[in-house]
Amino acid sequence: MFENFRKEHAWQIREFLFTLRLLSRNPSAVGGFAIIAAMVLIAFTAPYIAPYDPIRISLSERLSAPSAVHLFGTDEMGRDILSRVMHGARISLWIGVLVIVIAGGLGALIGAVAGYLGRQADNIIMRIMDVILSFPPLVLAMALAAALGPNLNNAIVAVAFVMIPKFARMVRGEALAVKEKQFIAAARASGAGNMWIILHHILPNCFSSVIILATLILGETILIAASLSFIGLGAQPPSPEWGAMISVGRKFLMDQWWYPTFPGLFILVTVIGFNILGDALRDIFDPRIRR
Amino acid sequence: MAGTLLDIRDLSVRFFTYQGVVKALEKVGLAVSKGEILGLVGETGCGKSVLARSILRLIADPPGRITGGEIFFKGEDILKTSHRRIRQIRGNEISMIFQEPMSSLNPVFRVGHQMQEVVMLHQRVDGAGARKVCIDMLQQVKMPDPEEVLSKYPHELSGGMRQRVMIAMELSCRPDLLIADEPTTALDVTVQAQVLTILDDLTRKRGVSVLFISHDLGVIAQICDRVAVMYAGRIVEIAPVGELFSEPRHPYTRGLLRAIPRVNEGRETLSVIAGTVPGLIDPPGGCRFHPRCEEVMAPCGRDVPETVKVTPDHEVACHLYDGDN
Repeated sequence: MFENFRKEHAWQIREFLFTLRLLSRNPSAVGGFAIIAAMVLIAFTAPYIAPYDPIRISLSERLSAPSAVHLFGTDEMGRDILSRVMHGARISLWIGVLVIVIAGGLGALIGAVAGYLGRQADNIIMRIMDVILSFPPLVLAMALAAALGPNLNNAIVAVAFVMIPKFARMVRGEALAVKEKQFIAAARASGAGNMWIILHHILPNCFSSVIILATLILGETILIAASLSFIGLGAQPPSPEWGAMISVGRKFLMDQWWYPTFPGLFILVTVIGFNILGDALRDIFDPRIRR
Repeated sequence: MAGTLLDIRDLSVRFFTYQGVVKALEKVGLAVSKGEILGLVGETGCGKSVLARSILRLIADPPGRITGGEIFFKGEDILKTSHRRIRQIRGNEISMIFQEPMSSLNPVFRVGHQMQEVVMLHQRVDGAGARKVCIDMLQQVKMPDPEEVLSKYPHELSGGMRQRVMIAMELSCRPDLLIADEPTTALDVTVQAQVLTILDDLTRKRGVSVLFISHDLGVIAQICDRVAVMYAGRIVEIAPVGELFSEPRHPYTRGLLRAIPRVNEGRETLSVIAGTVPGLIDPPGGCRFHPRCEEVMAPCGRDVPETVKVTPDHEVACHLYDGDN
């Protein structure tokens, strides 16, 4: 069974190992990957490795400085900031992944439809995308989240909405190139309809670039989601979302520096991690500079 | 010949471009009988592929448009049927093989996946049934180890193998007409011969009519029953293959045949037709071949020659034969 798999996929395995070797030779890729891996690990194991319950209130310990008992200190309710930040990783990564899945899926579909159908459909769809792109993403997401009502789910919808055009635009470009290929003509000649061709031929051929764009955008997504929570339009307290924690903690910055600093550091590190991993992936998968 | 399967009448196709209107096809008439292999020869850019794509209504619009004529397939005018019906016809009743086997298969899916998809699109079978049909078809195109081929990606196959996969795929839908648009042009000569033999065998065995497009007269001679010669968007001569080679009537056909180098003649220079293919935006008036014709006469630059029958099966569009002379 396993032998068979190895034989059948020999080419892919070789390609995969080659990609891994390229990755391991690229220091920033390794760094980015390590950061993301650590974050994912923290997110998955937070309930087991966090020293305290993230919403356990202990008023006698309120606003205590970092110490051996509370590594990152505690907040105004005496909740352990380290535990809260760890649980926050779950929320932030979950938001990131969900937004990317929604925006990537819808954006890719919209872009493929526009690119494949061309003409009027392309014009109309892409002009709408241009309108969305013309707003600063954070401002538009704020307006949307405010209109929908301040909670985490609406924030996710809002951030996904502003990310759709990024995917749509890229996939449309790819679709324009793919649709000229002969296998599209061959599919049409054997009776395939437009939707079939878009789903079975155009989209699968755009998949790799969507993945890379998704990695590049994840950092920004997490940042926008945290910003929404910071201004009170996303996750609501007592949820240990990083942006929400900074929002409450900023009042204490002068005297209890640790309160907003640690969630902020986690946002910083995660976003940087995704950005450098995305950049490195883009370089590695670009056949022109791949070596 | 058991009746006409495809009957193209006065088909005109134009492309509206920024440089002007390209008159790609001008009143083209052509008929394919049941079970017949009809060759279509002509130089690059004379409109062969446009004709092939028009039959399946695959002309990109814009810039192209079918501006006139009728295409009857089994008595039904293809140009007037609904979108729904044309999609049924595509693949089910008329299939098409393209020029470059390299790019006719989707690179991101396994061959088996793609073949099964087509089979399941056109026949009522489940996955396992479709797989069986695929293996059977691959065996019929003499593919060694069909199981293995099904699990491969297109880039892992050679050009000849890919073209055989395409033939297997298109014939698996049991079409009545197969349009082969230069199916062997991108292949080397030995592979070309294999593919031709397979195509010939399979279509004759199944009674499939073939419209075989090529610019290679040698290939045409090997496989076709009748041949239509195209020049600059018009059909200039149609004849049974033997007759066309032994008694070509149109000066263009003669020129073409003379341009084939003979092994047994020790000539240094090749015989060529003087001049170049005219642009189709502003083609010469009258007979489109007249500026290059060796036997040009007074009416050639003025009147479009009528198609006349010189023998019952041999039609030619040239002023040499239209009775005035």
